Formats: sequence, C-alpha cells, structure tokens
Amino acid sequence: MQKKHLVLGAAFAALIGGVFVPPPAQAQDTIYIPLFTYRTGPFAGSGIPIANGMADYLNMLNERDGGIGGVKLQVEECETGYDTKKGVECYESVKSKKPVVINPYSTGITLQLIPKAAVDKIPVLSMAYGLSASADGTNFPWVFNPPVTYWDGASVFVKYAAQKEGGFDKLKGKKLGLVHLDAPYGKEPIPLLEALAKEYGFELKLYPVPASEMQNQSSLWLNVRRDRPDWIYLQGWGAMNPTAVKEAAKINFPMDRLIGVWWSGGDDDARPAGDGAKGYSSLDFHAVGTDFPVIKDIQKYVVDKGKSQVQKEKVGENLYNRGVYNSMLVAEAIRTAQQLTGKKVVTGEDVRRGLEQLNITEDRLKEMGAAGFAAPVRTSCTDHNGHHKVFMATWDGTKWVKSSDWMEPIKDKVRPLIESAAKTYVESNAGWPKRTEPCDKSS
Amino acid sequence: MDVLHHIFVDPFVQMAQAPDLLVQTLWEGLVGGILYALIALGFVLIFKASGVFNFAQGIMVVFAALTLVGLHEKGVPAYLALALTILVMFGLAFSVERLMLRPLVNQPDIILFMATFGLTYFLIGLGELIFGGEPKVMIASELGLPKGSIDLNMLGGFISLQKIDIAATIIASVMVVSLAVFFQKTRIGRALRAVADSHKAALSVGISLEQIWVIVWFTAGIVALATGIMWGARSEVSFALQIIALKALPVLILGGFTSIPGAIVGGLIIGIGEKLGEFYWGPLLGSGIESWLAYFIALLFLLFRPQGLFGERIIERI
Repeated sequence: MQKKHLVLGAAFAALIGGVFVPPPAQAQDTIYIPLFTYRTGPFAGSGIPIANGMADYLNMLNERDGGIGGVKLQVEECETGYDTKKGVECYESVKSKKPVVINPYSTGITLQLIPKAAVDKIPVLSMAYGLSASADGTNFPWVFNPPVTYWDGASVFVKYAAQKEGGFDKLKGKKLGLVHLDAPYGKEPIPLLEALAKEYGFELKLYPVPASEMQNQSSLWLNVRRDRPDWIYLQGWGAMNPTAVKEAAKINFPMDRLIGVWWSGGDDDARPAGDGAKGYSSLDFHAVGTDFPVIKDIQKYVVDKGKSQVQKEKVGENLYNRGVYNSMLVAEAIRTAQQLTGKKVVTGEDVRRGLEQLNITEDRLKEMGAAGFAAPVRTSCTDHNGHHKVFMATWDGTKWVKSSDWMEPIKDKVRPLIESAAKTYVESNAGWPKRTEPCDKSS
Repeated sequence: MDVLHHIFVDPFVQMAQAPDLLVQTLWEGLVGGILYALIALGFVLIFKASGVFNFAQGIMVVFAALTLVGLHEKGVPAYLALALTILVMFGLAFSVERLMLRPLVNQPDIILFMATFGLTYFLIGLGELIFGGEPKVMIASELGLPKGSIDLNMLGGFISLQKIDIAATIIASVMVVSLAVFFQKTRIGRALRAVADSHKAALSVGISLEQIWVIVWFTAGIVALATGIMWGARSEVSFALQIIALKALPVLILGGFTSIPGAIVGGLIIGIGEKLGEFYWGPLLGSGIESWLAYFIALLFLLFRPQGLFGERIIERI
C-alpha cells in the first residue's frame, strides 16, 4: 500500500513539476521562427518534404553563417496535421515567444490568421498559397504571398491552354475542368477561372473532391470521362494528388492536358502512377535537383551531419526544394529588416517591413548560391506578391523536368480582380483596420 | 418542373444513351462495394464477439499495409514480408486481447469502445514512429498482382476494367465467402455466435472467450491487410487510407452490426449506390456528394428497417 502511495506521490510530483516548470526564456540574441508543419496525418505526404526543406535551410544558415547578420535563428516546428483548429492552437502557443513571421502552410489556417496578424503585429507569409486577395498590401499590410497567387497560377494554366489551342480566341466553346480539393485551398482559383471563362468564352467544369474521398475518386473521373473537358487543372494536396493522376491515366485522359498547380507537383504525387504519369505537368517557380551551391551547403552542413530528418536521396526533390525556397524568402526578409532598421535582433514589425521591401535580384540569388534556382522576386508596399513568372515542369517517369520557358501570369486580368476582392473582403469584415503602417521609401 | 425532370428523367435518359458509362459506373461501384463489404466484415466479426464497435479498424488497414511495404523496403522479399505481416497482425490481436480486452472484461461497452479509440491513436503514433508519415507505393507487382487494364469496345463506347480491380474483386469475394462460411459452419464459428449471444452462457459451456477474441481480432487484422493491399494498389499507402475504412460505417448501419450477409449486401448497395448517385445525380448538387450520400442511403433504409437489412430484431417487453 505504501509503495502504491509512493508511486502515486511521485507521479503527482512529476505532474505538478511538469506543469510548473517555467518555459525556457526567449533568448534575447536569437530570432524566433516557428514553422507550422504536418509530418502526420493524411496530408503528411506533401507536408514532410516541405517541412524538411524549410527547417534544413534555416539550420544551414545557423551552422554555416551563425544565423543571419550574426544572430542565431531559433527554429521550432509545431505540428498542425493540416488541421485548421490545430494550426490556430499552434499560433496561440507561439505568439508569446515573439515570432518574427508565421508560416501557416495551409490556406485554411492562413484565413484564420489574417485578422490576427495586424492585431498581434506578426506578419504572415503564405508563400504561393493562402488568400489571393491578400496580395493587396494596402488592405493587407501584414500578409504576404509571393511569388505568385493561386489566381496567377490559374491564369497561366488558361494562357498555356490558349497557346496550345492556337490563341485565346480558340478557347471559345472549349471545356476547362478544375479538379480540386473541396476545401478553401482547392476552391481558391474558382473566382478567377469563372472570370476568365466569361472573358474568353470557355466552359468551366468543377470537380470537387471531399477530403474523405481523396483516395476514392473513380466516380469523379467517370464524370470527367463523360464531360470530356479539353484541359484539366488539378489543385490537389496530399493523398488526393497521386490518386487523381492514377485515375486520369486510368480513363486515358491525355496527360499533356492535365496541368497541376505547384502544390500538385510533388515527386510522390506522380511516382505512384508509374509510366501512366509520364507527360503530366505542373506549374513551378523553382528548380529541382541538388546542383546548386545552396543545396550543396545544406547537404554539407546539415544533412551529412545527421542534423536533418530528411532521407538523403530525397534532398532536391520538388517539394523539398519548395521548403528551401520558402525559407530563403524568410531569411531574405529578416536580412532586409536588419538593413532597414540597423538592428540585429529584429521583431515581427521589422520583418513585416522586410517582407514589403523584398528585392531578390539575380546578383543576390548568386550570392545566396541559388543562381538558376529561382527567378528574382520583388514585393512592394502595395503589391505583396509580385505576380512573378512560373514555368511548366513535366514528369518524365522518374523526375520532374523543366519543359517550358518562364510564363507571365495574365496580370492585367488578375490584379484588378485582386484589388476588387480585397475591397470586398474589407467591406464584408466590418471594422477592418485601415492601413496605418507607413511605406518605406523604395516601395 | 425542370428540377423534377433533372432528377427523375435526365439520369435515366443518360443511362440509355451511354450504356457503356452505366456499365462502367456499376463496375466501379461493384469493386468499391466488395472492398467496403470486406472492411465491414472486420467490424462485424469484432462486434459479434465482443459487442464493441472497433474504431481502430481503419488504422489497422494502414498499419498492416505499412508493415508489408516497410518490411519490403528493408529488403525482405515480398512473400516473406506478407507472411511476417500476417504474424505481426497475429501479435497485435494477441496483445489487444491480453492488454486491452482482458482487463476490461465486464466493463460497460462504451469503455471498450473508448479503448479502441486509444488503440487507434496508439497505432497511428507507432506507425509513424516506425515507418514515418511519407506515402509509400504498394508492392502490388511484387506480390503478383496484375497491372494494366482490359479495354472492351462495346455498347457504343468502351469499358475499361483495371486488372488490379478484377483481382481485388476476386480476392475480396473469396475472402468474404470463406469468412462467411467459416463463421457460419465451423465449430469456431458456432462458438463465436455463442459468445455473441451471451458471454456467460458461452463460458458455462466451456468456450474460451480469450481464444475467440484473439481469433476475431486476428481475422479482422487479415481483412485489414487485404484491404490495405487492394486499396493501396489503387492509390498509395498513406495514413489517408484510414478514412476509407470509415466508409464501412454506412454499410454497417444498412446491413446491421451483427450480420455477415448484411455486411456483404450492405457493402454492395452502398458501393453501387454512391457511384450511381455521384455520377448521375451529383452534378445537380455541385458534385462531391459521395461523402454523405452513403449515409443518406443507409438512413433511408433505416426508415423501413430500423434494425438494418439483416440485423436481429430485438423486441423487449415491458
């Protein structure tokens, strides 16, 4: 009996001790960067390589350069499982640690954090995802989504289809389909595609995939077989992507007419379909492979030293490099903030200015060891995206290969729609704060 | 009037105009339905033996498939990996009986149900710890499962039958029939039915509860492995597969939680019903209705047969 009490007492003491142990104090000489990741759950297939890429680049900066501007980066992951509720919990748990930027890595989570960003003075970087309208810096001073929005991506898809058909006028009467995850992320390009359908006279067919049916899409693809769309744009995520590619191959849909958004272009999205996926293309805005000094440094300072969770052979895959690219933008924003403020240990407010002043030129890419890895990126006070160019990558059966030149989004159609959508967002959210943050000079 | 036309006339006109698509839809429904029936059978067996709805059946599908692929990735030949996976599923059944069911004997059913929740999250964590969260490609060809398709030009169009789907249908059908016969006609089957009727009465005639529990959990593990192989080959092996297993819920509502024939017929009705519904009526509602249509069909049946198609009718006199 006594022994039992002792054990219970020890367990209670451990519990109390655990509860009351003070959290480690935020070191004053570090920059805190939380990464919202998902290494578990149905979307882990897409989440793991991105999480590895993001963490490895930042850790490489710590190992190679001692951080940024001599200040160490404190990188911490929070597991969201791609679940919006868990993502908001992650945000609430990290915000007291004074993060300089939040990477939600989910459009659903981003939508929840947009109203909080201005209040908590923590910028949100939704790199090529999130709310397209948040590219409008005038109404969303705390939200950034470079280098392209979903609307830019969808416009490039339409432009590519038009090129292949022989011009925009040839789109009249054609059917363009959107196979999308039935979630905020998947639905995001619909307004733009509807507007372009009206403009160019094509018929837009929507094929939503509920999350519970990600691996059970056969009836959806029978609908595709019946409707016979001329082109399909795939906006899928996680297990939905490989299933969609397999099903498309199964109904003999021409693979060169199936185009994925950049999030549908993971190696594990195409690989399970084997030869059937040959010719499937997805949009992209950075290179794959390891033939870049920046990736070599990651291998040297992080992966080879056993400080990464990545399997060595997966370094350089598309979604891994996507994570690296995301962290490159974060690092450049911090560096820019340090230059703007003259401070070494910058805050979220400083990094917001840094994100607004991003100017990653060809020369700067070269300095970063990323010449040819990506295109230059520039943002401004009013344009938090830049609407940069993308290219087409095609699956050759074993890897992604760049298969087109860089293509401009249809900016003259996208930008007015973004500004109009931003205005609508502000009007429908009563009390949305007017921008008070001054623009830096070069913006 | 237009709406009524779209609901009651258009779909049937489409069926008549494109019979190849109708047959293709029925085929897809049949394949899905048989796999649902197989999953539902796993639930029914455990429910009959221990009166508990096994929430962990979905993760057992993932765990079994990951074990198989994971072992093969470590260099174990495919058939040996299959044999070892069966052994692992036996180990799991044995552990569940020893560590979960036995200590909870005589506890209310809801406690056992909650324990299967615990088992689910334990297996998710264990699976991720051992195999990681990355999706894996099912070793279908290594296991001798066929690839490619048979395309038939008929009915004014074509019908494409994936060889893996044909194999899945045959294997699942054989398993379903074998299990049904095993549990209806053999001594163990009779013991299972006795346990399902009354634990105390079964014990009094010398039936070992522990042995029956191990057998049904092991059988549910084999069912999970077969489902994981088939569905994994159609898509990929990832933790998303556990969602598929929960598609068996409407099958159980429809077929009754205690009926093996109910699981089979229910699986087919749900499988074919949801495919026909999504294909012919889905576009009227913006598509993507498959996720709830199965429940709607099940509830519709319950209006007329509250105990399910083959469920036991319980009459309690007061």
